[in-house]
Amino acid sequence: MGIKSGRLWASSPGPNKSVVSLSALRAGEHGEVVELAGGRCMLSRMTALGFTPGADVKVVQNYGRGPLIARVRDARIALGRCEARRVYVRKRPE
Amino acid sequence: MSLRRATSVRSVSSASVESGEKTVLVALAGQPNVGKSTLFNLLTGLNQHVGNWPGKTVERKAGTFTYEGLTYRLVDLPGTYSLTANSAEEVITREFIIREQPDVVVALVDAAILERSLYLVAELLPLPAPVIVALNMMDVAEKEGVHIEPQVLEAALGAPVVPMTATRNEGVEELLATIEQVARGEVTYDPNFPLIREDHREVLHEVEEIIDGCVPAPYPQDWTALKLLEGDQEITRMMEKGLSQDRRETLHNLLREHDDALVAVASGRYNWIGRMIRAALTRPTTGSIGFTERLDRWATHPFWGLVIMAGILGLAFGLTYAVGAPLQGLLDTHVVGSLASLARLLLTGAPSWLSDLVANGILGGVGAMLTFLPILIIFFAVMGVLEDVGYLARAAYVMDRFMHLMGLHGKSFLPLFLGFGCNVPAVLGTRVIESKRARLLTILLAPLVPCTARMTVIAFLAPAFFGSAATLVSWGMILLALMVLALSGVLVNKTVFHGERAAFIMELPIYHLPNWRTIGMRVWQRSLSFVRKAGTLILGVSVVIWALSTLPAGEIETSYLARIGYLLEPVGRLMGLDWRLTVALLASFIAKENSIATLGVLFGTGENTGLAQQLATTFPASTALAFLTVQMLFVPCVATVAVIRQETDSWKWTLFDLAFLLIISLTAGAAVYWIARLLGL
Repeated sequence: MGIKSGRLWASSPGPNKSVVSLSALRAGEHGEVVELAGGRCMLSRMTALGFTPGADVKVVQNYGRGPLIARVRDARIALGRCEARRVYVRKRPE
Repeated sequence: MSLRRATSVRSVSSASVESGEKTVLVALAGQPNVGKSTLFNLLTGLNQHVGNWPGKTVERKAGTFTYEGLTYRLVDLPGTYSLTANSAEEVITREFIIREQPDVVVALVDAAILERSLYLVAELLPLPAPVIVALNMMDVAEKEGVHIEPQVLEAALGAPVVPMTATRNEGVEELLATIEQVARGEVTYDPNFPLIREDHREVLHEVEEIIDGCVPAPYPQDWTALKLLEGDQEITRMMEKGLSQDRRETLHNLLREHDDALVAVASGRYNWIGRMIRAALTRPTTGSIGFTERLDRWATHPFWGLVIMAGILGLAFGLTYAVGAPLQGLLDTHVVGSLASLARLLLTGAPSWLSDLVANGILGGVGAMLTFLPILIIFFAVMGVLEDVGYLARAAYVMDRFMHLMGLHGKSFLPLFLGFGCNVPAVLGTRVIESKRARLLTILLAPLVPCTARMTVIAFLAPAFFGSAATLVSWGMILLALMVLALSGVLVNKTVFHGERAAFIMELPIYHLPNWRTIGMRVWQRSLSFVRKAGTLILGVSVVIWALSTLPAGEIETSYLARIGYLLEPVGRLMGLDWRLTVALLASFIAKENSIATLGVLFGTGENTGLAQQLATTFPASTALAFLTVQMLFVPCVATVAVIRQETDSWKWTLFDLAFLLIISLTAGAAVYWIARLLGL
């Protein structure tokens, strides 16, 4: 886990093609949280809501722009597109 | 090393109650949407008091109840997802538990979202007060095929677990019995604590060693160390004061080196929760699609969601006009009117200024406040229902992309929309926005939404001046106000808030049937709080304006208000307004409709019928347009100012808003006037 200027980044996003932003998942697809990027305040809120490494996230609605809805730990969470882009997930096979 | 069982199993049971001697302090904690209000109302009934937490604009509810000969004082803590200081709510919750050390903390969790709800419990258990976990919404969980064994969970947690369904009054008796047992110290309380994720235990230990002996009472040392690692700003500030120079530096460097620790802390808690529920929770094997998911396909759809929302809000407005407006009229003519006649009758012997003060000054103010109530109550009720059934979050979701343009997010939409009815509930409605910055910006912008009172003025004056073009002018005014609102949003956001963007992270709760008791209580409390707090300010300002318009000779034409109007005439001239229109604007500060009444007095017609024609012959269209523009964007009425002051808890921001609106309205008025002149109107 490398830290640059208060932000957290996936340690090896390059070679692992299956790691994508949550915003890239289509409705109905699952992903496993790998890493979160963002300021401390946002990280604190996101992790409290259950977006911690290893958690399963299912995208319920994603129209490609605007906010999206994700299901994490049985709760439905609406995320702005910017917030969703900062959640990195490993796409789960169908 | 990490969270050792803090300072023994604490003197938890020693805090227990000698039979019937003292009041038992019970704190009710829980994440948002777990049914806290329902349980609170169920336990306390009407024995409750609503106010604000000292120095905060967060609602504080406290109440009492008795059970088996003991008196309990129940304090409803704000709904929060965690206890890290991201907003005032988290700080209030943890400060209350750490400082007041309640005899019992009831942690309400949503059985249908057990894992996530237990996150707060994971934060509550290490604090110095015994926790009872109340598993609410067992009915919803069962319906979704989630099966929970409370005894198994209880054994794992080492804290009492009570299954219940507050909306059906199920399990409440058991909860009360458990509260009593814990308060009397009859329960062995030996809770299991979460540990930080393994890779960070060493760091936590180092932090604890640095701060050892320097943590101010009553904060638990291990808890403080953990909050430091989580980067909690409040706790960091507190410890920076309490540490010596070199220790502070060591701590600072250590924390900077490990500023990813908060993910490890949160992961540790979720891993712990996973272990706690492993044996107690059985999930459905096949993921069935529930009612909420099916409804959300429509309610959160980018297009149909907007259609549904327009329908619901249209209905809400229809209701307000159908019920609220006639009621408002009735109150004004019958209650306020007859009170004024009664006052005059009672004060026949008294000097005329006194009866005038009572009838016009005081009752005028009371009237302004009273006539707000029907509209307010309906809006609070509509808001309450939409909030309670879970729809509010969907409306915020579908509007998010539009609100982004103004530096706001979806949650600001509904409060602003309510402003079309009345700006007062709009400002009060901003309480649904957690982000302090977004909430402030929404409050500051709310007065730019054209409310019904402003529309009344437009509706009266536009036909007089513009005949068949009145509808066009009215729509133009609304459009202008909304454009100014959007531009102001962008401007204020860029300059005052440096373009910071509030993160849009919001839970969409499941839909459920409205709980009328909860909604009724909320409407009652909010209305009462409006009358109490805003009432005083409205009354005061009404009396002052009355005095200004009456003194010294008893006639508005020669009053101080008129003199102020003359004094301000040079400013009015910029917009083509004479002193009478200027005075009408000033008088609209009590209530927007007042500007028509004032013009009626100043033009000596008394009756409104002749006034319209008289105005149309006196003033050119350019002046009329300018007057309507200023009227539309002018400083809000005193009731709105009162709630802005109350909700921002700051005169600075209130005055900033007033100055901002004043400048905007005058500039726009002047611009409209001169453009209209150029066009030959």
